[in-house]
Parts: sequence; structure tokens; C-alpha cells
Amino acid sequence: MKGLLITAATIASGAVLLAGQAQAKVLTVTPGGDAQEKIQTALLDAKPGDTVMIAAGRYELTDGLSLDVAGVTVKGAGPAATILSFDGQKSSGEGFLITSNRVTVRDLGVENCKGDGIKSKGADQITFKNLRVEWTAGPNATNGAYGVYPVASTNVLIDGVVVKGASDAGIYVGQSKNIIVRNSEAQFNVAGIEIENSMNADVHDNLAIHNTGGILVFDLPNLPQMGGHSTRVFHNRVVQNDTKNFAKKGAIVGDVPTGTGIMVMANRDIHVFDNEIDRNQTAAVMVVSYTQAYDDLTYNPLPRDIVVRDNRIGKNGWAPQFPGGDVIAKAMGGTIPPVVWDGVTNFTPKGMTAPVAVHVHFTDGPVANLHFSAPGNVFSAKPQVTPTIDDGAIAEPKAVVLPKAQAAL
Amino acid sequence: MRTLLAALAAVLSLGAAPAPDGVALNALMSSTPAPTLSAYRLFTGGGVDHPNAGLTPYALNTPLFSDYAEKSRFLYLPPGTHAAWRTTGALDLPVGATLVKTFAYPADLRRPGDKLRPIETRLLIHRRSGWVALTYAWNADRTEARLKRAGARLDVSFTDAHGQTRQVDYHVPNQNQCKECHALSGRIAPIGVKGRNLNGDFPYPEGPENQLAHWTRTGMLTGAPPPGKAPRTAIWDNPAEPLDARARAYLDGNCGHCHNPRGEASNTGLFLNLEEARPAKLGLGKRPVAAGKGSGDLETDLAPGRPDASIIAYRMASTDPGVMMPELGRSLVHDEGVALVRDYIARMPTR
Repeated sequence: MKGLLITAATIASGAVLLAGQAQAKVLTVTPGGDAQEKIQTALLDAKPGDTVMIAAGRYELTDGLSLDVAGVTVKGAGPAATILSFDGQKSSGEGFLITSNRVTVRDLGVENCKGDGIKSKGADQITFKNLRVEWTAGPNATNGAYGVYPVASTNVLIDGVVVKGASDAGIYVGQSKNIIVRNSEAQFNVAGIEIENSMNADVHDNLAIHNTGGILVFDLPNLPQMGGHSTRVFHNRVVQNDTKNFAKKGAIVGDVPTGTGIMVMANRDIHVFDNEIDRNQTAAVMVVSYTQAYDDLTYNPLPRDIVVRDNRIGKNGWAPQFPGGDVIAKAMGGTIPPVVWDGVTNFTPKGMTAPVAVHVHFTDGPVANLHFSAPGNVFSAKPQVTPTIDDGAIAEPKAVVLPKAQAAL
Repeated sequence: MRTLLAALAAVLSLGAAPAPDGVALNALMSSTPAPTLSAYRLFTGGGVDHPNAGLTPYALNTPLFSDYAEKSRFLYLPPGTHAAWRTTGALDLPVGATLVKTFAYPADLRRPGDKLRPIETRLLIHRRSGWVALTYAWNADRTEARLKRAGARLDVSFTDAHGQTRQVDYHVPNQNQCKECHALSGRIAPIGVKGRNLNGDFPYPEGPENQLAHWTRTGMLTGAPPPGKAPRTAIWDNPAEPLDARARAYLDGNCGHCHNPRGEASNTGLFLNLEEARPAKLGLGKRPVAAGKGSGDLETDLAPGRPDASIIAYRMASTDPGVMMPELGRSLVHDEGVALVRDYIARMPTR
């Protein structure tokens, strides 16, 4: 009998050991008590494969939360049910920071962070799903900068995320690779959705409404990752972006004119198609060079190989909010045409002997070519409006494919 | 029989000389952190006044500002081990090495060292798997410090150098936040124990001596050049040293741990570590990237000759969590540090 018991115990403990490696735990946090300590402790205790379940309720946080364990899911009971409130936040540059791989944050709401909302830095396979990040008092320069903020990350999925009130970009992806932003909503931010210094992004089926600018694809100098390329912006609704720019100066989005639909700055291989772009007072689509001074001569400030086709373009450009816009509009018959291009084509980066070829395929005309001689050289402008500008077909980047497990989320 | 053995053991231990136990290296190396600081036996007799054998006190030429807290630092080296010199970065420390840093406030900053109240003691332990950061917060009686993995907030007040009472909403960082500053390429690493930042005198009981020389002489450190030939971080508040060197030392110690090409803020492209020499990387004429409202309506990280137009000075002078730099580790403005960096910017030749 004793021998039998020992055998049974051995088998049982062996099973426990196996389970310990393979079976994921759920660490549940409930409202009440010290929310900061409870949630942060769960985020520290979680092991790869575990889920930190934050039950419905309101959690008042005093500091930033952070996760540095790979393979963890942080889940709430819904964006309106589980609320992480940072009204009383006293430190940290963001509400929630993730620095590990294969992390999913889903089904919760984040309110009134003093800095950014949810940030991932250097993470692979980071997923933000069914989230709400909001500054609840509406647009204000004192709101935090970014709502969701993956940076220097790879395999980024942003799906069903709503961001309201960010003083820079609601949904911001920076210096990252292999990105999908879909089924999301950006309202009352300076920039609705911004893809910056990133490679291979698909931005589709989103709604950008009541921002200063709807969707931006930028490439900036003096950063570790430059040379952004291969972004497809398609099947989005970019409508009624009419919130006066409330960014602090200095921030690049501070230069975005109120009422911009889609803006492409620098970058190559950007395809904008099948979007609804309507009721944006400055312009539907602007394609421009980076105009500020910089000292990195490998940086190419020109947008090149850009496609704007098959968009449903409504009424836009009736009261452009950039300097000299009213004069240009008048010269063009009262409104800014659907596509505005600065027309700069002559740039030779360091180490090359001839300018990099610039092709465009703008078929959602009419198109205004401002014919600037150099980035931002307004005085050299020789505006010309043509039905289209078409250098021929430009190969479309392949659809972004995420790792299987992430794509199945 | 058993009772007899126990009695014998008791008699034997009673009869032995009361030698204090050494540092509990096994506790330091255990993957389960001890719930209390005393379990490591880093100090004898309670508190942090009496370091155990194997702990050597040290100081940095230019440390991180931490809300005016006094910091005492010790390096523990396991018996028979030593540190090895590195010209750049932290010294090469053996497995088992532990950095022990206690944050404390005197009642009155005009009498530093008098009536010091320890607030927290942080450990950076070199395990086989890498460095681990732990922090222990002291109880109200200052008799024991308990592990605080999830961080904490503590009310602290002290009298400042001008005789005014200051309140600090003191923040004990959570375990991940330790790493936010102590990260190099995503792994935890020591910051302070760089050869250049240790290259200065320490008031040892037997008299002041250069720390590199002392460590070499006592066998704690091998391979170090003579102090005069080793790189040296300036002392930020020593007016006898050149302004540039002091300001760069300050920026290195207070910003450079994140703002370097392998640090937490690598994505900003703003690098303030002492080794950086490229003007744009040091912020000259560099526009902000992801600063958001942290730009404060200014367009340049560092505008030579114009501290009021420089985002670095603006963010150093703020206590708004969404604006202030560093993001962690302070709730007060370091007035003297801001003054130094402003002076440095003001006197920088305009291009």
C-alpha cells in the first residue's frame, strides 16, 4: 500500500512539473485596495504563457505600469468595463510600458495618462486589441502625446483600438517593422494614425474623424531607424478632420494643417487607395518633403514612388490652413485639388552620384503640382493643376503577414 | 541520544568566539529574493551603519540626482574574486558581486550625515544568469527593510540647504523600472561603477585615497591604469573644473543611462553619454521626435547660447510626469543641476 502511494505521488508530482511548463495560469486582479501594487505585482509574477486578467472596475493608478515578461496576455473585461485611470499619475512617461516579446494587451480602457498611453519598446509580436485610450476632457495641449505607441518593435498588430484626445498622434507606430493597423478609430487627436520611420505597414479599415490630420506617413532624420518605406493605406474612412491643431510647437505634427486628410512626408513606396476622404478643409491628400534642417546626409527628405488611386474623394480643400493656402486655393479656382504634391524631384543623397528617381502615380485628380525647386521652397512655387500625374505603374508592396499565432488573435 | 547531541552542539556554539557571520552569498545567488534585507547579512547590527566583511564603500564623481537623498554605496565582492578594468562602461564584475545602495535623508541638508534616516536599499546582484535588481524599503522604526517588487510611495520631508522644509513624494521604483534605467540592449547592467566615475578620492578611515588606486592596492581590481592615466568623469559641482566637463558629466550621470545608443531611450536619437561626440546626437539643432508636450513649444533639444529655447533645460526644470526628464527617480527639480546645464548651454558658442 505504501509503495503504491509513493508511486502515485511520484506520478502526480511529475504531472505537476509538466503542467508547470506547459499550462498557463490566469492571474486575476480585482478592484479595491492598492490598485497600483496589485496590478504591478501580477505583471511581475506572470510567467510566459500566463494571462493577467483585470476584472471589470475602475483602477486608480499613481505611477506607470510595466511588463517585461515574454508571452503574457493582459486582458480586461472590455474597453468600457475595465478602466485603468491615470488621473493621479505621479511619474513615468507612459501609463503602461511593455518591453518583452509576444505580449497582447486587450479588452480594457486607459484614461488620462500624464504622458503616453500604452507603449512598447523593442518588442516583437506586440498586439493591442480592443482597447480604448482616452483623454476624457477632450483635446488639450496638456494631454499626453501618443495613445498606443509601439516603437522600435517588430510584428505590430493594432486592431479595434479607439484613441481620443492625444496631443500628438492617437495611434503612433515609430521605427518599427511589419505592422498592421486595422478596424481602429482615432478621434480628436492631432494626428489620427501616424506611421513614422517604419517599414512595411498596412493601415486599413480604420476611421479617422475629428483629428487635425487623419492619417500620416512620415520619415524623419536623425533617428536610429530612417528610410521608411512600403506602407499601404487603404479602405479607411478619413472624414471631417476638423480639430484645430493643439500640439505644442516643436512636435512635427504641430506643422500639420488643420483639416488634412492623408499626408505623406518623405518615405518611399506608399500606396493610398480605396479610402473615403471627405470634408477635410485643407486637403484630401498631401505629398510633401521634409523641410527642416538636418545634418544626416544619408537621409532622403523626398517622397518617392507614391501612389494615390481609386479613393472616393468628397469635398475637401475649401479653406486650407497652411500659410499662403488661401492664395494658392484662389489660384486654383477656389479649392485645393484632391492631391497636392510639392513636386520636388531633385535630391542626391550622400554617397550617390545622381538624384534618386522619383515616380508618382496620382490618378485621383485633379492634382496640384507646386513645382518647388527644393523642400519647403515656397517662393520657387510654380503651381500647376493637371487631371492626373502618372509616371506609370508602381509596384504595390506585398500585404503584411504577421506570425501565425499573432494573426490568429 | 538526540537530546544529548543537541545539548552538546549548544555548549560548543556557546563556547566559540562570537564571530559575526559573513555575507549570505547563497541568499544573494538564490533565484528567490529574500523578503527582508537582513537575510543577506550585508550589514551587521541592524540598519545600514555597519557593513559586513567584503563590502567596500565607494562614491561617484558625478551621481544621479535623487530628490536630494544622500546615497551610500558599497561593492560586495565574494571571497577570492575581483573586478577587472574596462576603459569604457562599467567595470567587469564577477558573478556574486553585489552593489548595495542606500537612499537616506538627513533631517537637515545643512548637516549631511547627521540623523540619517534610510528610506530604501537597492541591490544589484550579479547572478550567473545576469544582473538582477531588487529594492528594499525600510520600516518606520528603521529596523528592517522589506522587499518591494511592485514599488511604493513614501512621504519624506527634510530641511533643504536654504533652511526650508521640503516634502518629497518619494518613489520606490518597481522591479521593471529599475531596468528602465539599468538597461543596456535590453539586459540589466550596472551604471555607476564605471572606471572614469570612480576615478576620484574616497575618505577611507586611514585617510583619503584615489578609489582606483585603493581597489588595485587591496586586490579588488586588476588591470586598471594609474589614476592619472585613466579616464575621469568630472565632478559636476566642483567649480574648479571646466564648465563643459562638469555639464557633460552631469548629463552623462543623469540622462546618459537611457539616452545612449543601447539604452531605453535609444529610439530618440538623442545621446547624452560622455562618449558621444556628434553635435546632432548631443541635441544641437536637433528637433524633438516623440516629445509630445515635452517640447514645451520649443523646436530644438539644445539651442547653443539659448537655454530658454532648449528642450533639455525645459524638461529638467519640470515636475509634470509627461514632461519631466529623467522620467523616473525624482519628484523635485534639481535646481543646481538645472543651473549648471543652463549655464553650459548659455556659454556654448552659437554656430
